[in-house]
Amino acid sequence: MSFDVEQVRKDFPIFQREVNGHPLVYLDSANTSQKPVQVLDVMRAHQERYNGNVSRSVHTLGTESTEAYEGARARIATFIGAASPDEVVFTKNSTEALNLVAHSAGQHLRLGPGDEIVISEMEHHSNIVPWQLLCERTGATLRWFGITDSGFLDESNLDDLINERTKIVSLVHMSNVLGTINDVSRIAARAKTVGALLVLDCSQSVPHLPIDVRELGADLIAFTGHKMLGPTGIGVLWGRFDLLEQLPPFLGGGSMIETVTMTGTTYAAPPARFEAGTPPITEAIGLGAAVDYLTGLGMAAIHEHEQAITSYALDALTSVPGVRIFGPASPVGRGGTVSFGVEGVHPHDVGQILDALGVEVRVGHHCARPVCARFGVPAMTRASFYLYTTTDEIDALARGLDQVKKVFG
Amino acid sequence: MMLDGLYQEIILDHYKNPHGRGLRDPFDGEAHHVNPTCGDEITVRVKSDLTDISYDGLGCSISQASASVLHELVQGKTSAEASEIHHAFVELMQGRGQVEPDEEVLGDGIAFAGVARFPARVKCALLPWMAFKDAAARAGVEVGVSPEVKA
Repeated sequence: MSFDVEQVRKDFPIFQREVNGHPLVYLDSANTSQKPVQVLDVMRAHQERYNGNVSRSVHTLGTESTEAYEGARARIATFIGAASPDEVVFTKNSTEALNLVAHSAGQHLRLGPGDEIVISEMEHHSNIVPWQLLCERTGATLRWFGITDSGFLDESNLDDLINERTKIVSLVHMSNVLGTINDVSRIAARAKTVGALLVLDCSQSVPHLPIDVRELGADLIAFTGHKMLGPTGIGVLWGRFDLLEQLPPFLGGGSMIETVTMTGTTYAAPPARFEAGTPPITEAIGLGAAVDYLTGLGMAAIHEHEQAITSYALDALTSVPGVRIFGPASPVGRGGTVSFGVEGVHPHDVGQILDALGVEVRVGHHCARPVCARFGVPAMTRASFYLYTTTDEIDALARGLDQVKKVFG
Repeated sequence: MMLDGLYQEIILDHYKNPHGRGLRDPFDGEAHHVNPTCGDEITVRVKSDLTDISYDGLGCSISQASASVLHELVQGKTSAEASEIHHAFVELMQGRGQVEPDEEVLGDGIAFAGVARFPARVKCALLPWMAFKDAAARAGVEVGVSPEVKA
């Protein structure tokens, strides 16, 4: 079955709208993706017909709601190749998942002075700040991989950086700025040798690539629903069950307990241990529907489509004089997120003029300020693609850049 | 194009040929402000008698042109005049396009009237003015009002 982008676009009601008098050209999926009607319908139907709280009600609605919620967990587990649904913890987003790991794994490992945590310069702020906070709390030391000029992780000092003092390595799988897909095989092997946990921020990879956690080499991964056709407010932490089982809770409250007395509490097994309070039920079910949609099209086919779009976009952008691309120059080892600069024009102004033409891109530091600093710019313009992106939309971007240069020329 | 309201010739002129740009000595107060969502930065220096207002920064056309206009409008004024101008500019920017600017007070600043209709850009225009207010306060000069801060 061949991938038909025009057919796919019909599932997304938002593409019927115009922006500033132009057809919507949505090139900001790395920020948040659009939602197909299949996801919207499931969420609406749940609220209209099955709404009840999960994991605590004996009545019919509560039972149906619980089945739908746990069914979503099971489908997400299958989607990423998890050994069981119990390895899938629902969180609010990737940020919460990473904070959960920083707290619970930090406590489990009894981190202190002399211990080291390794991240990279390529991280989103959500994979920097929780580790800085953990280091402040414990006295552990934060170290990081650099970025090469061509936009890849600099592994030249791998053996020094990851050593017997390293307790946690937490890296981005696909950069939200450069688009780089990090091949973490050497790093995973090294982390395993020294006994460090490997955490991967898969916020940008799970939505776009076939991912199998059994082959990834990570102990824990984080991703978020709204970047993969699901709603906001729902994210996932996947962890090896034998590891999750050893981690202490993050947030305390309802649902995460086994028994509570006034003098102490014992905790539920994972994943409930990490899901205190009423979870975002409808959102989890919506994410389950998103996974069904993606599975139906096939992640390999989606990835192939995005590679073709990325290749087309790299060609289109490099043919615009004055445009500089940050990150890998060819589609090899990168995904469909392309950041660039237009000589002499600030990204805010680029984004504003593109918006007037209906072309929606992200501008700024993309919550990854160290990446911008690495390439010596305060901000970048970013176009990011998904299964619904067309070559016509890339052409609209290129025409928009011509307009940018006219206004600021 | 809708953008005519935003990218007025006056704004583009100030962006391409900024007035008074560059940090100068001596000064009595200095403030460095950043816009955390986009990374734009500005440093403003003020002499307590307002005979020199110097600045340097990185940012979009709106924030950089706004700094140039600020320099042109406020340098050499009394603190009472500076306060009136500051107040008028902040009011214009927070007026969502409903405030009619007074050219007598705001000079080239009236070109920013269109910016007020783009909520995402208002903070760009205000960045130098907020830095100026802090720098002035550090130089012992009270100007301006605190706008409501929006993330």
